[in-house]
Amino acid sequence: MRATTADREQSAIYTYLICLAAWAIPGAGHLLLGRIQKGLPFLIALTLMFLCGLWLGGRLFPVELRQPLVALAALADMGIGIAFFIARSTGAGAGRVVALTYEYGNAFLIVAGLMNMLVVLDAFDIAQGRK
Amino acid sequence: MKASHLGLMIVFALFVSVVFGTLMRDEPKDQLWFGAQLFTAFVVGGVALGWILYFFPL
Repeated sequence: MRATTADREQSAIYTYLICLAAWAIPGAGHLLLGRIQKGLPFLIALTLMFLCGLWLGGRLFPVELRQPLVALAALADMGIGIAFFIARSTGAGAGRVVALTYEYGNAFLIVAGLMNMLVVLDAFDIAQGRK
Repeated sequence: MKASHLGLMIVFALFVSVVFGTLMRDEPKDQLWFGAQLFTAFVVGGVALGWILYFFPL
């Protein structure tokens, strides 16, 4: 049976909604797709990693286009989803430059965001039926 | 609580291993094995690199 255009459009919207959920809450895309054994470790590990980064005094970088590396770091930070905006709005990611663990905190925050982007791509592949 | 460089490196390796182990393998047993291999590689590699750099002072 051939898929109609409406079916394909509905499928595409569903895939993008899964990706949006996967980005907003780490692991949510896999949980919605029924991959609990994958979604749960993502949810726990990435959230804890992000919180560790904040606890270590890492900074959630602002988008400054005049400073390309800062803008890239901000993009990576945003990969963690809603948690980034909640932390920013509460002033949690101000960063303590004098802290011994400042750079460690930045590494935790940036890597957590980047890994969540990989998780989003994996959720996209699963939603598309490639996995 | 005092954070040490080695402790933070181990925590970082643990998080990355959990995520990549889960991402790259489908079966829980394979995930655990791959994650353990990654974790060991990160920690042993980090300590080995640290000792190599010890002989090249700035």
